[in-house]
Amino acid sequence: MYVSPVREPLISGEKSYSKVTEEIYAPMTGRPGKTWYAGLTLALIALMFGLFSIFVTVWDGIGTWGLNRTIGWGWGITNFVWWVGIGHAGTFISAILLLFRQKWRTSINRSAEAMTIFAVMCAGLFPLIHMGRLPLGFFIFPYPNTRDVWVNFNSPLLWDVFAISTYLTVSLLFWYMGLIPDIGTIRDRLKNGIKKKIYAFLSFGWTGSARHWMRHESMSLILAGLAAPLVLSVHTIVSFDFATSVIPGWHTTIFPPYFVSGAVFSGFAMVLTLMIITRKAINLEDYITKAHLESMNKIIIATGSIVGIAYITELFIAWYSGVIYEQYAFINRAFGPYWWAYWIMMTCNVITPQLFWIKKIRRSFVATFIISIFVNIGMWFERFVIIVTSLHRDFLPSSWSMYSPTWVEVGIYLGTFGLFFTLFFLFIRFFPVIAIAEVKSVLKTSAEKFIKKGK
Amino acid sequence: MKNKTYVSGYFPDDKDLIIAIKELQEKNVDITDVRTPFPVHGLDKVLKMRRSRLPRAGFVAGAIGSIIGFGFQAWVFTEAWPLNFGGKPYLSVPSFVPVTFELTVLFAAFALVFGFLIRSNLGPGADNHIFDEEVTNDRFQILLEAKEGNAESLHESLQSVGALGVQLHEVKS
Repeated sequence: MYVSPVREPLISGEKSYSKVTEEIYAPMTGRPGKTWYAGLTLALIALMFGLFSIFVTVWDGIGTWGLNRTIGWGWGITNFVWWVGIGHAGTFISAILLLFRQKWRTSINRSAEAMTIFAVMCAGLFPLIHMGRLPLGFFIFPYPNTRDVWVNFNSPLLWDVFAISTYLTVSLLFWYMGLIPDIGTIRDRLKNGIKKKIYAFLSFGWTGSARHWMRHESMSLILAGLAAPLVLSVHTIVSFDFATSVIPGWHTTIFPPYFVSGAVFSGFAMVLTLMIITRKAINLEDYITKAHLESMNKIIIATGSIVGIAYITELFIAWYSGVIYEQYAFINRAFGPYWWAYWIMMTCNVITPQLFWIKKIRRSFVATFIISIFVNIGMWFERFVIIVTSLHRDFLPSSWSMYSPTWVEVGIYLGTFGLFFTLFFLFIRFFPVIAIAEVKSVLKTSAEKFIKKGK
Repeated sequence: MKNKTYVSGYFPDDKDLIIAIKELQEKNVDITDVRTPFPVHGLDKVLKMRRSRLPRAGFVAGAIGSIIGFGFQAWVFTEAWPLNFGGKPYLSVPSFVPVTFELTVLFAAFALVFGFLIRSNLGPGADNHIFDEEVTNDRFQILLEAKEGNAESLHESLQSVGALGVQLHEVKS
């Protein structure tokens, strides 16, 4: 047994290969608990309410929203950007951390990727609804039509269509390819029956052959290499929606890196919020340990600090530019009618994550859980601040306006939570939450025991 | 249809597996397949597998994606429906970059995934024979295909290298 003086084991509790299988498979067996049913019911109710709100929007028109001629983007686009941001953690973990050979990712990549896919699905809904006429949604794709026109490839909104649909597709492929060996494991645990047949179908006939593994690894590595710049490109392009316009407060070159780090920041926070609950709920404490928490929190400090620096840089550049409109936009953000949103954003994104510099806090599940929720809230307000406060003081003071959402907008937002959690609850029930094969492959390379320094 | 005969044996640990494979190779036994619960480091070298050509397939498909992406946008804005955006050039290369990049990634990803599935005979409903259901759990299995009734000798050589649960399998081909 290898005893490491510095590194904590990736998986705690001495595990054999079969114990890993057993423990990760356990939550999928037997009857789901009451909390699972309660959670799923709540999520479904939220989803139904969201669908009803979407129906109201489509039936009665966009007038049911709180938008007006000055503020054309409100909660809808705020939520879109927020969800896309959350969808950045999964592929970041599985692609970028794979390239950096961070082995701790094996415990969290599967569920984080699932969250990515679900979050991007939620995000994709908003631009569709925003278009107003859902059945005409396909107009955004370039297809030969009787009008002989093509879509505008010079528009960042169209780049978004390509970026997000590519991101969803590639993430889905990456996630599912990682899943097939584990679905194979589940298939082989099941006795005969319809369930076994379904998993056998889903496992794509996985055998565990060395040749397949070699190709699988080679494919995963190249896919990761492709997905890494893809993750960065998606939020870059989302930020272009703003940055390529001429609205003071939007028209800044800092947006792409600032948005990408914000996305990773909020994505990690969401993964932490959910995984802290999930690990307790389905007894995966040995797999998601304090060491995982600490590694993730370090990324949260890094990205959170980048976001903080970006906020300050924006302020500085607004002053330094000498452009009065730019300066006004930023003073108005901090001290105008929406000052509260700005300061919620500042507190939640810049101040609270700094607590993670303290080792005790970044290794505490309770503290991390609370701070991760702060980050989720802060990042939502960041998008709200960028969108609404930049728009509400138009170029002409006669057009100045205020915005507050109606119940329909709030309902759609709740509905996306419903969609996200419905899918998440089904996922933790029917698929292995942790990448079984990947965890087994790091079992031996990590120390089985470790001695704390000075002890 | 002729049935194929296989001999299988397993090891509880990946280190023993690699040692056993080397011993079998010294005895000139052809190893048909090795099945493991997770990718075993160094196994591809021991089995002298050729490096996968998937990266190349990915590169070619990615290149096709780039060309299609860029070419199509260039065609739309210069030939099919030229639009004047504030006097800017019709062939505005920088604004074609995002879509070109996304299509590159999309094409390459599809090529990699489908290349992997097709080359490995995997896919929805693929019915590959599973010799031991514990392989996806904790067994490292060696699979030998018997030819011309040498099943007995294969059985013996597998046992001599320390494989557990050595068995004969008849599989319809």
